[in-house]
Amino acid sequence: MTTLTLFAAVPGAEAAETVKATGPASAALWLILLPALSAALLLLLGRRADRWGHLLGVVAPVASCVLGFVIAIQLLGLDSSERLQHVDVGSWIDAGALNLRFGLLVDPLSVTFVMLITFVGSLIHIYSVAYMEHDINRRRFFAYLNLFVAAMLTLVLADSFLLLFFGWEGVGLASYLLIGFWNHEVDHGHKVGGATAMENSVASKKAFVANRVGDLGMIVAMGLLFAQLGTVAFHGRPGTHEAGVFDLVGHGDLSTAMATGIGLMLLLAACGKSAQFPLQSWLGDAMAGPTPVSALIHAATMVTAGVYLVVRSQPLFDQAPNARLVVAIVGAVTLLYGAIVGCAKDDIKKALAASTMSQIGYMMLAAGLGPVGYAIAIVHLVGHGFFKAGMFLGAGSVMHAMDDEVNMRKFGNLGRRMMFTYVTFGMGWLAIIGFPGLTGFFTKDSIIEAAFSSNAYEQSWQPYVFGTVTMVGAALTAFYMSRLFFMTFEGRARWEPGTHPHESPRLMTWPMVVLAVGSLGFGAFFGKMPWSHWNGRLSDWLAPSVGHPHEHATPVVAWPIITFGTMILVGLALWLAWTRFGSRAAQVPREAPPASPLVVAARKDLYQDEVNNGLLVIPGTYATRALVFTDGVVVDGAVRGVARGAVAVGDQARRPQTGFVRQYAATMAIGVVVLIIIVLAAQII
Amino acid sequence: MNLMNYLVLSTILFSVGATTVLVRRNAIIAFMGVEMMLNATNLALVTFARINGNLHGQVLAFFVMVVAAAEVVVGLAIIVAIYRTRRSASIDDVNLLKDVRDPA
Repeated sequence: MTTLTLFAAVPGAEAAETVKATGPASAALWLILLPALSAALLLLLGRRADRWGHLLGVVAPVASCVLGFVIAIQLLGLDSSERLQHVDVGSWIDAGALNLRFGLLVDPLSVTFVMLITFVGSLIHIYSVAYMEHDINRRRFFAYLNLFVAAMLTLVLADSFLLLFFGWEGVGLASYLLIGFWNHEVDHGHKVGGATAMENSVASKKAFVANRVGDLGMIVAMGLLFAQLGTVAFHGRPGTHEAGVFDLVGHGDLSTAMATGIGLMLLLAACGKSAQFPLQSWLGDAMAGPTPVSALIHAATMVTAGVYLVVRSQPLFDQAPNARLVVAIVGAVTLLYGAIVGCAKDDIKKALAASTMSQIGYMMLAAGLGPVGYAIAIVHLVGHGFFKAGMFLGAGSVMHAMDDEVNMRKFGNLGRRMMFTYVTFGMGWLAIIGFPGLTGFFTKDSIIEAAFSSNAYEQSWQPYVFGTVTMVGAALTAFYMSRLFFMTFEGRARWEPGTHPHESPRLMTWPMVVLAVGSLGFGAFFGKMPWSHWNGRLSDWLAPSVGHPHEHATPVVAWPIITFGTMILVGLALWLAWTRFGSRAAQVPREAPPASPLVVAARKDLYQDEVNNGLLVIPGTYATRALVFTDGVVVDGAVRGVARGAVAVGDQARRPQTGFVRQYAATMAIGVVVLIIIVLAAQII
Repeated sequence: MNLMNYLVLSTILFSVGATTVLVRRNAIIAFMGVEMMLNATNLALVTFARINGNLHGQVLAFFVMVVAAAEVVVGLAIIVAIYRTRRSASIDDVNLLKDVRDPA
């Protein structure tokens, strides 16, 4: 008997029951409504709200954050069996067999996300007040940010796949609007890395299209669920006999093959949203948006929605070990992919984007490990939300100081000029590389440990493969993040003449400080200690949502080997980065030097755009051209041919119409004679 | 008396009428040809009624007479109207109902 069948048997027995929301949790709709109303107001009032629009834009997420905090405290005070609270808002779609109610699921998982989104979101809103100060469209920017927060909260609070999809599309729209925010040549003060308005628009479209591919998976998955189970709600409404998807799956109403198919479709959706291989290509270009957008949407929250989807759909994935294995493989591939690309990028934001991709690969990998991984994926996700958002804000601060330069080869030695940015970025950097005691050390180490865990796989060799990948990934992470940090803040100054780096205003530095504190202490407080079997505070808190607090990793290698081995690898990578980019002796050319084929490939994102172009865009272009040609020649040709034929027949039929009555009479007479002859002949024969 | 003779007479009368319609240009004469053909048909019909021993042919002959009367009224009115406007009773002059795409 394999361990997997054991897992499969567990969730059905423990199918969680939702209860009707009480107290502050019943007001969960306001979490969404506050930013949504603010966005609507800012967009409808237009320029009239320019003077105070940003203030309203900041107040809305802060208010949501306070409400979210109150709800979190309320849930903490409840028994764990009462922490799955359901808010029934009303009937949403009632069409024959599909009867869907609009409801919110307030449980530890969604509240964790609510806290992450509103807290990090509020900080980034505050930062944006200063960052976007000189942009005449600052009000519109805040409207879009609020729209994003509202959509993201809808996504995580949704109680059905369809409502989740509604939020899913909402964040996609907000992402599209914000990536292409600087799509006018004239009306913005910023230019990112010399990118033109056209390039920004193209980047936003690319993100939109890549996301649509993933959305297709989501739609197919929902269709399959509806066809198989007749519902797309997660859980049945409390107090009724309705059953949700997860209840039905828990009772074994779904065959393994169907669960695998649905799981893979959900994975496709997650790949699109979370920039996982093979739909990863849009994330790097998405950096065309303003830096707070990159911090909020493309680092901390939206791109992690894919991980949320997989973890939320945990009962489905428990039913489909093969789908879960594919999730882990996708995570592992993306983890290495992003790390390799990150090692070669000179654009600070694109290097951070590659890092985000890689870190989400970690989360996907963890989520693919099943019960041992769901909680730690979320723990890493939240920790990553802190340190990556902090580093993006730091990058924004650096760009602010360097006249919107993004090329790290033209940075160097900025640490002395910008102490706040230097120290807060340093915290994020140490946190992500897994420096002992900081967030990444706990959150990433538990993923590595879980990846080495034998009870997450069917085959005995799999823990070694996935475990090694995560360790190599950790070393690469240490290298590229240290490279980024040293090239920016250490070494010799390689500034463009005429730049005078200066520290950013307080409105920008304080959010960075708060996030740095999060990077510092989050893991130690909430995470899992490598030497302990206790899963950590956040995992325990998440247990009612993702289940199995008793399932912990059983690594095939002892934890000291994993932990210290990883630390040694990280140390080596750190030393390598220091000698090449950090020390005074290191020579960092201001132009990218010729390099080995691997580095050249990594600079070009491992040819992802070329592959996409070759496999999809160019064949697609030819296919559409062929279709246009076919339409013009065959379809239109047939229509025109019919018309021409009718004209030709008409021309021939017109000739006998001479207008002479006697001729008509003669024709008729001849015709009658001919008919008589035929009739007679027929009778004779 | 051989009924076949009536049929022969009817055929001769019909042929004379048809030839008149085909060869004469005067509308009145052509019209008379038409009337002759109708009456030749009537003759044939009543003969057939006699041959078959029932009234079907005779009933049909009455119908033909009624229709012919109506047709004469309308037809003569048209001929008179055309003659008034065009000063011609030749049916070859009345040839406007034809292809006008290249009127040359």
